[in-house]
Amino acid sequence: MDFPWSHEAWDAIALTLELAAMTTVILLIVATPLAWWLSQTQSRWRAPISALATLPLVLPPSVLGFYLLVAMGPQGPLGQLTQALGWGVLSFTFTGLLIGSVIFSLPFAVQPVQHAFESMGRRPMEVAFTLRAGPWDAFFSVALPLARPGLITAAILSFSHTVGEFGVVLMIGGNIPGKTRVVSTQIYGHVEAMEYTQAHWLAGGMLVFSFVVLLVLSMMRKRAGRVLP
Amino acid sequence: MSPEKGLRIRFRLERPDFALNVDLDLPTTGITVLYGASGSGKTSLLRCVAGLERPTDALIRVGPDVWQDDARGVCVPTWRRDLGYVFQEASLFEHLSVQENLGYGLKRSNKPGAAQALLGAIELLGIGHLTHRDPASLSGGERQRVAIARALANQPSLLLLDEPLASLDMARRQEILPWLEGMRDELRMPMLYVTHSADEVARLADQLVLLADGHVKAHGPAQEVLARVDSPVIVGEDAGVLLYGSVLRRDTPWHLSEVGFPGGALWVRDTHLAVGQRVRLRVLARDISITMHEMQDTSIQNHLKARVESIVDDVHPSQALVRLRCGQSILLARVTQRAVSTLNLSAGADVWAQIKSVAVIE
Repeated sequence: MDFPWSHEAWDAIALTLELAAMTTVILLIVATPLAWWLSQTQSRWRAPISALATLPLVLPPSVLGFYLLVAMGPQGPLGQLTQALGWGVLSFTFTGLLIGSVIFSLPFAVQPVQHAFESMGRRPMEVAFTLRAGPWDAFFSVALPLARPGLITAAILSFSHTVGEFGVVLMIGGNIPGKTRVVSTQIYGHVEAMEYTQAHWLAGGMLVFSFVVLLVLSMMRKRAGRVLP
Repeated sequence: MSPEKGLRIRFRLERPDFALNVDLDLPTTGITVLYGASGSGKTSLLRCVAGLERPTDALIRVGPDVWQDDARGVCVPTWRRDLGYVFQEASLFEHLSVQENLGYGLKRSNKPGAAQALLGAIELLGIGHLTHRDPASLSGGERQRVAIARALANQPSLLLLDEPLASLDMARRQEILPWLEGMRDELRMPMLYVTHSADEVARLADQLVLLADGHVKAHGPAQEVLARVDSPVIVGEDAGVLLYGSVLRRDTPWHLSEVGFPGGALWVRDTHLAVGQRVRLRVLARDISITMHEMQDTSIQNHLKARVESIVDDVHPSQALVRLRCGQSILLARVTQRAVSTLNLSAGADVWAQIKSVAVIE
């Protein structure tokens, strides 16, 4: 177990990437309509929904993880539901981890997309309407392409934020090797076991990864104008 | 006007700081110019017709097509209204090429001959050489011409233009105006044209609707509305009338052309007009003076025999506006109240109108 890139480390990396990729895909599908609604609506529900969608940004991950764990547990409302549907209990499973990740990174996906929709204003949609495009048509042919920089930022931020999460993962997923053990919890395990060399390799990898992500983002921002809120 | 013809626009639009109340019956030919100061409701009127705003008590009908009729609970969404809309600032889709912008409406139109109409619009607006460009690389004038062509491609039964020249500088306006005049003369497409430019009113208006504070102050044929003295219509700097005429002859050595209009003829600067060409003349009230006899020894070249129809007070207490009938045409003259008294001017008096300058509009 001296070699830093052990079998366990590869498992953790693979699981991390899988979790981050799936979280990103789900988030883009969920966050885009939510961001659109938030950018367009004048409903009195806008403010509370917006606050709710931003909550994971300020909440300590352990608090979020704790509530999710309770909700998904055998006695929790979500747990009751999944059991009734025959899916079993989701806590300490990859699916549970995925749900937690999606909620935890929601603001990182919603905010850039919402900002992109807001900064384009109403005019492009109105122009599309006067050119015979219905609302769905106009959304897919005008609003979505114009929001592309925001969507790319949302994807990158969701992916990297998921890679970097720790508290939620630990609370919901536990630290089950091959099932719910990701890089961040793997590092934690190494440190607890005083395996500093292995911890260094993984932590350094994370550092380089995060730096590259931010570098790419900032280079994109220079080329494509504002993409971050 | 039979009930299925014409353009019917009646609605109320209430906003916290603004109310718009409109009841108009307009012919569906030529350009109807909506004129008024900013905040008078011109743009809101256009947006209501397009369905981009939702007015109340509305009846909006273009020919036989009802777009909104609140009495019957009908409101057709914008994308099902057969209209074209040109926004104030060029509103090309930045993520599409010029060609794709032009084709955007076309792809969604099920009209036969739409592709042909687009080719016609591209030619009419002279943008054939721009189709492969990126919208961001076009000048303001070029972008607006592309936006107009895009709106024309669907051959809408009504074209709405919201100050299409306002965001452009003087040179660009002069570049686009001839295209708009060409559209008016070549296409049989009714247009609602919003502007606060007197120049555009004079050049483009067939019908004129005057808006002030959310109400229609006057409407009708541009020539008639501008010649009213009961509520003199000050378009731009000054009151004045429009005369429609055609070139009778040219006096080449002196660089003058004679333009005949119903009721007389005027010598104007020769701007290389062809004999027989139809032109518009704008004659401002301040450029007309009144004499009781035809003056012989004057530098002023244009004298018209006219009859006083009415005299009203002008804005300043020293001035009066005199409405003169000259054959079938109307002229407005601004003179001092003292001159009215000295010359003993009153309705029915036969006078001579001396016209100092005439602007040839096309």
